[in-house]
Amino acid sequence: MSGAVSGMSGAVSEKSAAIEVRAVEKRFGNVGIIRDLNLSVAKGERHAVIGPNGAGKSTTFNLISGHIAPTSGEVKLNGDRISGLRPFEINRRGLSRSFQVTNVFARMTVWENVRCAVLWATGHRYAFWKNVDSLPEVRARTAQILDDIHLTHRRDVPAGLLTYAEQRELEIGITIASGATVVMLDEPTAGMSNAETERAVALIRRLTEGKTLVIVEHDMSVVFGLADRISVLVYGHIIASGTPEEIRRDPKVKEAYLGEEAH
Amino acid sequence: MTTATTSTSKVAADSVGGSLRFYGIWLIGIFVLIVLPMIFSSGGSLTSFSLIGIAIVFALSYNILLGQTGLLSFGHAVHYGLGGFAACHMMNAVVSHGWPIPLPFIPLFGGLGGLVFAMIIGWVMTKRAGTVFAMISLGIGELVASSSLILRSVFGGESGITTDRTALPKLLGWSFGPQLQVYYLIAFWLVLSAIAMYALTRTPLGRICNAVRDNPERVQFIGYDPHVVRYIAFCFAGFFAGIAGGLAAINFEIANSAYLGAIQSGLVLFSTFIGGTAYFFGPILGAILVTYLQLGLTNLTTAWQLYFGIIFIGIVMYAPGGIAGLLMMHRPLIRAGTLWTVIPSYLLAIVPTVALACGVILTIETVARFSGGDPINLFGIAFNPTSPVTWIAAAVLVVGGGFVARLTWQRIAEAWDRAATVARDRGYLA
Repeated sequence: MSGAVSGMSGAVSEKSAAIEVRAVEKRFGNVGIIRDLNLSVAKGERHAVIGPNGAGKSTTFNLISGHIAPTSGEVKLNGDRISGLRPFEINRRGLSRSFQVTNVFARMTVWENVRCAVLWATGHRYAFWKNVDSLPEVRARTAQILDDIHLTHRRDVPAGLLTYAEQRELEIGITIASGATVVMLDEPTAGMSNAETERAVALIRRLTEGKTLVIVEHDMSVVFGLADRISVLVYGHIIASGTPEEIRRDPKVKEAYLGEEAH
Repeated sequence: MTTATTSTSKVAADSVGGSLRFYGIWLIGIFVLIVLPMIFSSGGSLTSFSLIGIAIVFALSYNILLGQTGLLSFGHAVHYGLGGFAACHMMNAVVSHGWPIPLPFIPLFGGLGGLVFAMIIGWVMTKRAGTVFAMISLGIGELVASSSLILRSVFGGESGITTDRTALPKLLGWSFGPQLQVYYLIAFWLVLSAIAMYALTRTPLGRICNAVRDNPERVQFIGYDPHVVRYIAFCFAGFFAGIAGGLAAINFEIANSAYLGAIQSGLVLFSTFIGGTAYFFGPILGAILVTYLQLGLTNLTTAWQLYFGIIFIGIVMYAPGGIAGLLMMHRPLIRAGTLWTVIPSYLLAIVPTVALACGVILTIETVARFSGGDPINLFGIAFNPTSPVTWIAAAVLVVGGGFVARLTWQRIAEAWDRAATVARDRGYLA
């Protein structure tokens, strides 16, 4: 498994990669948070990023989704360079992400939260000459998403008044609503009970069918149950990348991450 | 789960009769505007109604920023004022060139004046929301207001730009000399603007404005540039503020630097906030109340601005949703049929609260008139501001009224909690 990192780029050819992160570095002042980050996610793959607290998982998400710009290196989405683009430009190219801390439109209803996320993708953009309530495809898609995330019965409740688990589901709903082909979920099950986690994982599995999924997750049963491939991030650097089986056996991973949990 | 399911069915049933009720409200509003001058036909009330109509358009335009998009502007009067100047210049140009443009079209040019300026400065201003936007709006407001005194050819200096609305071509025989005709012109533009601004909230852009207000960060991750959203909203707000300014120019036949100033900007913020920013009709209520208070209080007391301040602080602290928020709080209780359990506690609170208010008014007026010695007339009772009897009466009303009022307010809170719990159990409240 020593060749895990270098083997990774060989395993996924450049053309079929949905996300390609090359030699990305992120420094805040003199502090290097991310150093020489290389990550490749194939189209249609479910890819989990794991690592101890403070390893830079959320920063990696922010770098890919355009929330922050890398200091150096490049990020490609479906072969096109996206590093340096603004988040909405990246989103329009088909990459959508969720947030670790619930990040919804609190004063708007559940229905409107999802509908807003549908509007750009359905081509309505900044339109101020159309009635938003009489756009059949927007309505149908919003209803479909609400049905998918099991929140139809809560459609008229302001998002800020939902329970925590419901807000997490809405978070996923907003993320997938645009129909993005690359979906990034940042700790979607954080803070959930076992039953809620199971429900959420089933939801994620179903909703990302046929899409590329990148997920940050702490719950190892979720990671190993869901992911096709796993990358292990430690101190801003990916130390291993491979199938769950390979990662489980990797001595470096055991030492740096899984080993700690075993104690 | 069961309560939630029933609430869905109630909401669904509600939306069937909803559209009928919706158009009903607008038709009633138009009807009221038409018959109002027939009931109150005195010159004074016509003037008041005209001012209120202008204030409503202005406050609604401000709420595009504050309530819809979450932008706190301290300089919204800039667009109002520039709209007013644009309208005045246009009216004078129409007269001097003999263009066939009748008066009712003039507010449109006011709107364009507000819009053009918004388009020019808006892109820089809306780059950031929050404090940055608020500060820049304050700066631009001061800049334009002071420019208006310097650039005499455009703004006419201290005296402003005057015009004669009756010199324009007549429309259907209306010269717009009488205030009644001006009132109907304002009412017409009020209806038009209100419908347009309401419709704006129901468009994709309107909804994204709400999303930007709630969470500008997340908006970027659903494909939208919050800067563009804020800019477009800013332009719309500038346009409708310009229409209001144009109406004011027609009404007063003058535009001067007072239109653009900080006081005007403060007043629209005040009206909008007191009315309530979360509902479309909030600023309408606020504009009506504040204009009436302004017209009424200035005749009654020299300390009228102090009362405005107290009302504003009271609303900010105890009813941040404004009047509309207070009214709409009752909707779930009405639906759940539990409102009647709260009413008695309201009635109980009226007497001590009015006593407290009288005490406060007496105190303020005593202080305000102490040196002048003018008698205070409170609900027909005369008080001498230099007499200790008045001071004692004020103290008793404030302390005694305040003490009892607090108790009754607690009763309201308790009754309210019980009613809300029932409403929640019945699925009318989330």
